[in-house]
Amino acid sequence: MAALKVGSVTSAVQSLWLIPVLPLLAAGLLAFAKQRHRVFAGTLAIVALVASFIVACGAFAATLGAHGERAVFNFTWLQFGETPLRLGWVLDPLTAVMVVMVTLVGTLIFIFSVGYMAEDENFTRFFCFLSLFAAAMLGLVIANNLLLLFVCWELVGLASYLLIGFWYHKPSAAAAAKKAFIVTRIGDIGFFIGILWLYAETGTLLLYDNGNGCLEGSALAQLVARTTIGGMVVSTAIALLIFCGAMGKSGQVPLHVWLPDAMEGPTPVSALIHAATMVAAGVFLVARVYPLMDADPANVAGHSPALCVVTWIGAITAIFAALIAVAQNDIKRILAYSTVSQLGYMMLGLGTGGVAVGIFHLITHAFFKALLFLGAGSVIHGCHHEQDIRRMGGLRRFMPLTFATYAVGMMALAGFPLFFSGFWSKDEILHSAFAWAPSRWPFYLGAAGAVLTTFYMTRQMFYVFFGHNRADEPAGHVHVHESPAIMVVPLVILAAGAVLLSIVGTPAWPWFHAYLTGHAAAVQPVAVDVILIMLLSTALVALGLGLGWWLYGRRRIERADSPDPLEALQADTFTVLRQKFWIDEAYDKTVVRLNRALCRAADWLDVFVWGGLVALVSYLAVGIAWVNRLIDEYVVNLGFDKGCGSVRWTARLLSLWQNGQVQRYLRALGVALAIFVLIFIWGCRG
Amino acid sequence: MLAWTVYLSFLGVLALMFVPGANVRGVRTIALLTALAGLVCAVAAAFGYDTKAGIQTVAKQPWIPALGISYFLAADGISLTLVLLTGIAAVVGILFSWNIEHRAKEFFAFYLALIGGVYGVFISFDLFLLFVFYELAIIPKYFLIAIWGSTNREYGAMKLVLYSFVGSALVLIGLIAAYVIAGLQTGTYTFDLLALAKVQFPEQFQYWAFPLVFVGFAVLAGLWPFHTWAPTGHVAAPTAASMLLAGVVMKLGAYGALRVAMTLFPLGLAAWRGEIAVLAVIGIVYGALVALVQRDFKFVIGYSSVSHMGFVLLGLMTLTTIGLSGAVLQMFSHGIIAGLLFAVVGRMVYDRTHTRELADLEPMGLNRAIPFAAVTFVIAGLASMGMPGFSGFIAELQVLIGAWQAFPTLAVLCGLGIIIGVAYTLRAIQKSFFSGNILEASIQRFNDSTIQRFSESASRPSNPTSTLETISIPERIGAAILIASTVIIGLYPTVLLNLIRSGFDSALMAPLVKGGPL
Repeated sequence: MAALKVGSVTSAVQSLWLIPVLPLLAAGLLAFAKQRHRVFAGTLAIVALVASFIVACGAFAATLGAHGERAVFNFTWLQFGETPLRLGWVLDPLTAVMVVMVTLVGTLIFIFSVGYMAEDENFTRFFCFLSLFAAAMLGLVIANNLLLLFVCWELVGLASYLLIGFWYHKPSAAAAAKKAFIVTRIGDIGFFIGILWLYAETGTLLLYDNGNGCLEGSALAQLVARTTIGGMVVSTAIALLIFCGAMGKSGQVPLHVWLPDAMEGPTPVSALIHAATMVAAGVFLVARVYPLMDADPANVAGHSPALCVVTWIGAITAIFAALIAVAQNDIKRILAYSTVSQLGYMMLGLGTGGVAVGIFHLITHAFFKALLFLGAGSVIHGCHHEQDIRRMGGLRRFMPLTFATYAVGMMALAGFPLFFSGFWSKDEILHSAFAWAPSRWPFYLGAAGAVLTTFYMTRQMFYVFFGHNRADEPAGHVHVHESPAIMVVPLVILAAGAVLLSIVGTPAWPWFHAYLTGHAAAVQPVAVDVILIMLLSTALVALGLGLGWWLYGRRRIERADSPDPLEALQADTFTVLRQKFWIDEAYDKTVVRLNRALCRAADWLDVFVWGGLVALVSYLAVGIAWVNRLIDEYVVNLGFDKGCGSVRWTARLLSLWQNGQVQRYLRALGVALAIFVLIFIWGCRG
Repeated sequence: MLAWTVYLSFLGVLALMFVPGANVRGVRTIALLTALAGLVCAVAAAFGYDTKAGIQTVAKQPWIPALGISYFLAADGISLTLVLLTGIAAVVGILFSWNIEHRAKEFFAFYLALIGGVYGVFISFDLFLLFVFYELAIIPKYFLIAIWGSTNREYGAMKLVLYSFVGSALVLIGLIAAYVIAGLQTGTYTFDLLALAKVQFPEQFQYWAFPLVFVGFAVLAGLWPFHTWAPTGHVAAPTAASMLLAGVVMKLGAYGALRVAMTLFPLGLAAWRGEIAVLAVIGIVYGALVALVQRDFKFVIGYSSVSHMGFVLLGLMTLTTIGLSGAVLQMFSHGIIAGLLFAVVGRMVYDRTHTRELADLEPMGLNRAIPFAAVTFVIAGLASMGMPGFSGFIAELQVLIGAWQAFPTLAVLCGLGIIIGVAYTLRAIQKSFFSGNILEASIQRFNDSTIQRFSESASRPSNPTSTLETISIPERIGAAILIASTVIIGLYPTVLLNLIRSGFDSALMAPLVKGGPL
């Protein structure tokens, strides 16, 4: 029975390449489609992704009974120096669960986009880019070679760049696209150097290769055995370099600055790329190379130096971004900072609890954050492209379905107890952080972040859906409308997902955990400390909700320009948060300015120093040339000219004789003859 | 077959002599046919080449026996890769010069002469012959820039030629010294590269001869700080000449440095390797930095060439199979990508807008006026910044893996150059094509029924850029050839890598590959 199941994994891995290739084909076809082929574009992109989803479900089904069995498919791509470079893909529970999530959430967002982008003139191009993105993301997820993973990673970044800058005629969008690409590229260089180093050490970039891959025993043992700068183990150094890439892509502090700006893209893009999938790629990467992250000479599972860094960065990001989110007014920016914060939680989960803990939050977050973003998109669409929450209000009466689904998303994000998936996944993270031996602080930071999360989401709910409408329109002429069905249906499905996912991850029946780690799931008694943490996190949610209600729900917010209640309470703190701790400004003053100065210096060096040297040499040469010329003219030529002059004078004299007149010649001849005759006669006489 | 690449080019020059200059169409056709025939020869030779065969002699005749000079043409995988590049660049360059009307006959004659010289350098295995072809390639460049160039053309042309001649003077001194010393040592005076490479030159001699010959050649490859001819020369040159300059002429330098300096003087190479690698990395970072603050579109590309050629030189200094083959692949890749970039800037943009100032291009919204150019430039920019899927990625990856084994710190510094590379490319893309009309942008922002307004304003007749002529068929074909080349090599590099790797297996090149750290 087991052999049969494993066999099905190995056969499923053969067709795994179809998952990214189908959307890639769609993207390729759409690149040549005309702008007016709207229906064709939308249909093709959605059909391709649905087909991918079906293949992904097949692969997922194959892994169900395989107990964490891993199947790989490798092939030689090119001869690389002395050794062949082999690429491949891998099918294990991590891959399977990611492909299903990406294709499912992706399909829903594609459908939503048909409604959201209906009026855009570049509809076809939009779906081309979306399909390209989906293809790259799926390729990243199935890759069994770090280089292939990096290639897809870069393509994902490229698609993200194209989509953030989709409305490139907005200067802010163009700037945001550029910023996103460059900031993530900074992290990627670390990742890339990590790949180079890993290749130099192990001679392979295949992750799993029947015992010879770089994540498998022998290679890891080799990496752990050697130390590098500062006594750091090589595996830790490489793991940290790879984590740099993850930090860039997943917006971890201090490389988080691009993600909120990326909200300049169309909202479905924010939902798909900057909430549900791409930003999770960094978390996925850490999970993918977890054996490397976990490798530790002291051999204490879960406490390797690399994982400690992951934990701390995650915890700091979680609280830091949650703080900023409290003071933002743009509906999408709040969600963006919330995403940064949640990504921090995922990292915290990976660092303290392992792959299953982090990835479960990744999956649940993908559903409820996609839901929230699409809900925000629906709100923005309904309010005629208004994004400032102070100009909204009372929308629950105009957009009931959007309100209901948004509320589900909000509760899931806040971790409202028992019925929402976010509660279970966040609870698991807090629990593992609580049990983390090296320090209790990440747990405290995470717990404080949980209060803040509930607080800023409550604030947003009150601003957007409660009270009365504060748009600038005259009273009684509210133009807000509910969105069309093609936009609302995906919301409902995502909301269902956000609730139902909680079934598979409760402490009583931790099916998801068991599936990822390759154990059989079983109902198990819940430990006391788990219940205590659950009670605590319930209390935290209640605290956040209560604070939010007390500040924003108790009294109506009268006008769009009335000060924020929190601002009235704590003006200075609020300013710091509103200005996002001045991180952007700090970068502007330091990194950007330094870079500009270096550029100027190099340019100056080129124009004045190297150019000056060249000019100097050429002036020197010209100077010498002038001296030579003067010598020629007045020393050498003077004698020569004199000589020439006398020759010329003689010649002119002589030429008088040769003027071509025959008579004169004859005359001369006659004269000469006469003289000759006279001389002759005179001579003969004597 | 391979020798015909050289003969055909010069025959083409000869044929052009018999066409009346007024018959521009005939002149172009002859030039294009000549270049195409050369490309066909190059492709046939590359695909007909047996990768196990080592260096294959094409022709060997005594030329000046008294001095040991022979007419010795041969090829290995490295030569063939570069011959192939020259063939592609030659054809595409002519396609992008299709609009040349002013003295077209002379233009194409000089052009073909340059191509002939370049082909000659890549397949000469007699150093004297190689040097003759090398000089032969310099002269037409001067006229191409000085007559058909733009901005500051006399200055650019003169600077380029002076640099080239100073470089070749250094090379000549080194070669003659090697010739004499080898003659004294073995008793036979010869310029045959294969024979000279077997001679064990005294260490003291190698110590000064290597930098002389290497730097002499590398001047043309844009080695920092001898690179300043490159930006000004590229900017001054007409489109096709900049494409050739960046595409193949810079490779002459790198090829000479690899083929002559590195094979003749291995001890000198070992002594100077670290210093040159440092210069190469400075070139990578420095070129990228300068490119970031240029105001002239073509200068951005010019400096990017300096940066990318730094990877070639770094790859050469790694002395590992992977780094060396990466360097040769980077020569090919940069030739294609830089050609594409210059084609967009020089032909598609400058010939239409008559300005290259980024500030002037910014308000034009060129992406709507000439969308084909915009898409081409985005693709070229992505290829140039080392996006996976294009040839540059594979090449730079190999160079970096090699560099990691030889000089880990330098490999990390290259990362800095790559990031800045992304920054200047994106800056150029956005400023030149995607800034859009500021007025339209503000309409877009403040109006909610944006789309209708937007399309109305785009079709307004007052739009100054709507009068630009559309991208012509030859331009489209040229761009398609270059894009196809970089994508094919990017996705299936084995085609070229097998060829290149076989080049490093021969008795001449194999001793170079040492591997291991410094």
